[in-house]
Amino acid sequence: MKPFTYERAKTPAEAAAAVARQPGAKFLAGGTNLLDLMKLEIETPRHLVDVQDLKLDRIEPATDGGLRIGALVTNTALAADTRVRRDYGVLTRAIVAGASGQLRNKATTAGNLLQGTRCPYFYDPNMPCNKRKPGSGCAAIGGYSRQLAVIGSSDQCIATYPGDMAVAMRVLDATVETVKADGTTRAIPIADFHRLPGDKPHLDNNLEAGELITAVTLPRPLGGTHHYEKVRDRASYAFALVSVAAVIQKDGSGRVAFGGVAHKPWRVEAADAVMTQGAAAVTAKAFANARPTEDNAFKIPLATRALAATIAEGKSA
Amino acid sequence: MMSEIEMSRRGVLAGSAAAAALATAPHVEAQPAKAPAPATMPVSLTVNGKRRDLNLDTRTTLLDALREHLKLTGTKKGCDHGQCGACTVIVGGERINSCLSLAVQHQGDEVTTIEGLGTPDRLHPMQAAFVRHDGYQCGYCTPGQICSAVAVLDEIKRGVPSHVQADLSQRPQPTNIEMRERMSGNICRCGAYSNIAEAMAEVAGATA
Repeated sequence: MKPFTYERAKTPAEAAAAVARQPGAKFLAGGTNLLDLMKLEIETPRHLVDVQDLKLDRIEPATDGGLRIGALVTNTALAADTRVRRDYGVLTRAIVAGASGQLRNKATTAGNLLQGTRCPYFYDPNMPCNKRKPGSGCAAIGGYSRQLAVIGSSDQCIATYPGDMAVAMRVLDATVETVKADGTTRAIPIADFHRLPGDKPHLDNNLEAGELITAVTLPRPLGGTHHYEKVRDRASYAFALVSVAAVIQKDGSGRVAFGGVAHKPWRVEAADAVMTQGAAAVTAKAFANARPTEDNAFKIPLATRALAATIAEGKSA
Repeated sequence: MMSEIEMSRRGVLAGSAAAAALATAPHVEAQPAKAPAPATMPVSLTVNGKRRDLNLDTRTTLLDALREHLKLTGTKKGCDHGQCGACTVIVGGERINSCLSLAVQHQGDEVTTIEGLGTPDRLHPMQAAFVRHDGYQCGYCTPGQICSAVAVLDEIKRGVPSHVQADLSQRPQPTNIEMRERMSGNICRCGAYSNIAEAMAEVAGATA
């Protein structure tokens, strides 16, 4: 690990200013992803601004009947919240499908949104990777790509966003609230938060340098039944090959987002519109422009089957 | 001696890889500024009920602070990347991977390690149950398993939901399938899993 200096910020604006002011500075929340990457020297911050004292660890009712989740609410606390379990079950289901109990106790809402890809070539500093080292090439294209993206990828990067929580937040149409170094705030719809790799695969999201996530807000509850179907290589503690976050209404209509398939949680509103026609109709639209590799083409029929199982579960609920 | 050779070999490899990457990069940006010298900071922790004051390199993980600085070597370093659970300790009543936490993040925190749960003469009920049920073979993952198991029963008691829970509105029960799911962050190379679940069931007062 490279040496770094460390400070604890007292307010969100102070934290944002501290990171913007110092070259090579980064925010530190739970640290479960950042510290892992620092040990591998994939991340080499020169200064860490610890945000644990910012008092952003509360879940409060939002003015429009929704819920406002502080950036530092842990995955465990968010999944366990009675309002989330009752009104946003897809979110609890997604969170408890991810990581381990130990990690969920430390991982935060904001940190989890910022979780880096688990592409094996990103994690191996001996291999080219446009995300880790812009311009160095992509060893995953033509390499071992079973886990990697089937849609929305570019000629420079086929990495996936690995998380579960954000897939549920995408289906719920959450909003990410931030504060910038100059003290101004903004609200980013979750659909616009994560990026597709394009020709800038080193950028995972649309945050500016020094911009700090302060909260995630959920709109009013959608009703319906809530589902998170995660398909993975073992029953627990593994990243998704494909995951399905869905909210299904009594008449069979609903909305769905897919995890493990793209550089961001994957939702296509035109696919939502055909939910009543069944899983194959939905995935035909959601994966219309897919460009899988030979290794990961299985993810598309797997997504159809996982959604079919989800729809069946919705009918029996 | 071996580790010195290992270290210098790794250093040479990393150095030459970096040089090669610089030579081939199409647009070399400004040379990265020289890394700062190691920084140290005072850190106070309450470990197993006792206040401990340390002055640590900021890079020191909670795990290394416990093992290398406080000589509490019960907590084990397995993968050092949060994948195996051998380093599990209880901080502020919740289990975490001590390898994925910096010691400086825990200023003022209360940490319980395996040494704080019980002693050879006065075993914690979970330790005693592990012995009775043969919940280990080589024992390397065991301190992490036991810290995790103690915290898992508390999580079930507090109603923290899990992936295997059918109905999110119900309180979770200490069933065998719940234990297995909640313990998935603790890997046992010897495969003592079924005995660990039985030890936990006994302590929870449930049948596996």
